[in-house]
Amino acid sequence: MKKLLAIAGGALSVYLVIVLFIAVIPSIELSQTPPGPGVQPLTPLEAEGRAVFAADGCGYCHTQQVRPLPEDKAFGRPSAPGDFAYQTPELLGSERTGPDLTNVGSTKPSDVWQYIHLYDPRAVEPESIMPNFKFLFRVVDQVPVGDTAVPVPAAFAPGAGKVIPTQKAKALVAYLLSLKQQPIPGYAGHAGAALAAPVPAPGSAAPATPAGGAGYRYDAAKGAALFMANCSACHQATGEGIPGAFPPLKGNAAVDNPDPTLHIHTVLQGAHGVTIGGVEYTSVMPPFAGQLSDEDIANIVNYERSSWGNHAKPVTSTQVAALRAKGE
Amino acid sequence: MAVTVQDLPRTANAPVARTGGDGRESSKAVTGHTERDDHALANVFTAYIVSATFWLLFATAVGLLLAFKFGAPDFWAERYLTFGRLRPIHTNDTFYGWASIALVGLAYYVAARSSGTKLYSIKLAWWGLALFNIAAIAGTIALDLGYNWGDLEYREWPWPIRLIFFAALLVTAWNLIATVARRSSEDIYLSNWYTIGAVLWTCIIAIVAILPWYQHGLGQVAISGYYMHNAVGMWFTPLALGVFYYAIPKILSRPIYSYALGVLAFWTNLLFYPLLGAHHFLFSPLPWWLQTIAIVCSVGMLVPVWGGSANYLLTMRGRYRDMIHSYPLMFIFVGVIGYLFGSTQGTVEAFRSMQAIWHFTNFTVGHSHLTMYGFVTFAAWGGIYALLPLATGKSPGRLGIALHFWLALVGSFIYVISLSIGGTVQGLDWVHQKPFLQSVVDMQPYYVWRGVGGMLMFVSHGVFAWNVWRMTSGRPGNAASPILGPGEQGVTA
Repeated sequence: MKKLLAIAGGALSVYLVIVLFIAVIPSIELSQTPPGPGVQPLTPLEAEGRAVFAADGCGYCHTQQVRPLPEDKAFGRPSAPGDFAYQTPELLGSERTGPDLTNVGSTKPSDVWQYIHLYDPRAVEPESIMPNFKFLFRVVDQVPVGDTAVPVPAAFAPGAGKVIPTQKAKALVAYLLSLKQQPIPGYAGHAGAALAAPVPAPGSAAPATPAGGAGYRYDAAKGAALFMANCSACHQATGEGIPGAFPPLKGNAAVDNPDPTLHIHTVLQGAHGVTIGGVEYTSVMPPFAGQLSDEDIANIVNYERSSWGNHAKPVTSTQVAALRAKGE
Repeated sequence: MAVTVQDLPRTANAPVARTGGDGRESSKAVTGHTERDDHALANVFTAYIVSATFWLLFATAVGLLLAFKFGAPDFWAERYLTFGRLRPIHTNDTFYGWASIALVGLAYYVAARSSGTKLYSIKLAWWGLALFNIAAIAGTIALDLGYNWGDLEYREWPWPIRLIFFAALLVTAWNLIATVARRSSEDIYLSNWYTIGAVLWTCIIAIVAILPWYQHGLGQVAISGYYMHNAVGMWFTPLALGVFYYAIPKILSRPIYSYALGVLAFWTNLLFYPLLGAHHFLFSPLPWWLQTIAIVCSVGMLVPVWGGSANYLLTMRGRYRDMIHSYPLMFIFVGVIGYLFGSTQGTVEAFRSMQAIWHFTNFTVGHSHLTMYGFVTFAAWGGIYALLPLATGKSPGRLGIALHFWLALVGSFIYVISLSIGGTVQGLDWVHQKPFLQSVVDMQPYYVWRGVGGMLMFVSHGVFAWNVWRMTSGRPGNAASPILGPGEQGVTA
């Protein structure tokens, strides 16, 4: 009996001590971590959305933690302890089958995009393998007062009727849009990205392809890669946008224009509620001034000005810098 | 080498073959308990294995469906069949349905036999089985209805359901300890160290995980890191090692190579394993010291892993050719190799430089299948094929076991290799800062191969179910006894 007591009791007490010091005490202490500057509690609607996020297992494919590694720069600044003060349950996740969502409310701030993407991810990302969440939407003949139909592209829309989000979809999108990293005062990592050296893009090993005229060259491969990473989710690889949701860049009066001011300004500062070609777009375009350098923005702008039949005069990073200096 | 067990006092209760005339094993010679006790033990052991087999079939059918969805994301995307609801059902049911129930069933049988006594309470064992099943059924329903506790891996069940699981653990701990307390000799056989340790530690894990009032935000992350790995390493690992310590000597009719090495592995596992959980959160905002301790202890794990594996392999020394005669031994051999490779891989993965590439990729999924399948599940199968026929006096056909073995082995090879290569490709895509979608596109062929491997694994589970049926409800005596003689070269009993 003594022996049994020694083994069972010994193993149990050693384990208890270890658990106290490796798990329980650190957890109690870390639970007191104060919120970082600007980190806010969730609104009731956002909290409801977080429950939908957990119930439908979004966290199994999408992380919410940005590591201090170059490869994670695309998802925002490195996560800080104060970012998680109101995150219970924590949704840091363990797998990135899909992209990290820490800052998705800043990079994809358009609720219209979020709705279309949830309804059918392939409507905006043809190569996505995310399941559709059509069960969070209803198809109705008449859009009820106070609701707005989701402008699902015709190829992906139901044969008849309008798609409207359910309460759960609205809550989920509210939660996704609440996922915004707050700038940390004095942190010079990403906030100062405009000044930092540009991130090497895929294909940059290949020599820059000369493009554009007037004795001026830009890196077409880099422009294409940056466009695919930052712009194509809404404007699409074809440059045609999504009718009623996201404006086309192909033949767009601001893009295919000898004067690049409006084009550059829009990329730098974003846009909201603009009318293009007689169509009013309610969706939000995020500003890129904080994330991309002058050179990167010039590359994107030049890619857009020389693709899909557009033939506008190329711009230089100096022009971008000048407009950036002017501010909004 | 004619060493009998009596020559080795420290293994007095080692798995000696006490096979009766009908092929059933009994220990009545030792304690004088009745044949009814043997029947009762056989019945409850059978019930655990049958129940676990059901969960294996269900959980891996769900797994196969999930694998298919990677290529066809719109297939069965309805609310109750959406990927994110089925994924935790797959993991929780393989953990708490299949592996837990099978290994606890084995632990009961091993505890009674190695202690030369009857089970303390057959009734409690049935209660435990009922509680494990109620928890798994309720957990499955809850997850499918969307009651998921924050996608926190392996602790997604709502807390009342985890309390039911906790009750099952308490019942099991009580019953195992009380059984070993009645042992007929002074020494406690190694297997029981591991299994009793496992249930006691897991009771602590369950409490730490359930109590909500002290874990918020980042504090909860600390518990997630702890929980995710302790639920595996302090539960399934020691339970499966307990099977090894009993079944290998049993099949070979020779004592374990080194009792002392087994004890060393026990205490070093206890020292290092609980501390390594935070290696799932390297580069996260968790304190750097917590992450560094996790890495150091991941390296420390090489002591129990290599020590334990060496002990098993040395017990088999000179008898490898006998595996031709014993599929149970082959299952166990694969389990030992899975333990050695899977755990060593875990150590390598834990380095920051490696995590920078493999973290968040499918490499981790490959790793978890190498360990939970290649190690834990093969160990459980080896134990079942070695011990269930001794309890029931019924054997599966040799062809059935062979088919199960090769399908499962080839399937899991394809599964693990495809995800390991694919995960590396995925990680390198990120390191080279390609657009994220590139990593999704590049994974496609590997997802297909994973599905092929998964399909073979699932078919093998169907064969296993058939074998279980033959070991429990079929006619007696299809294949030879799983126990090999003590001879030098493949003398079957």
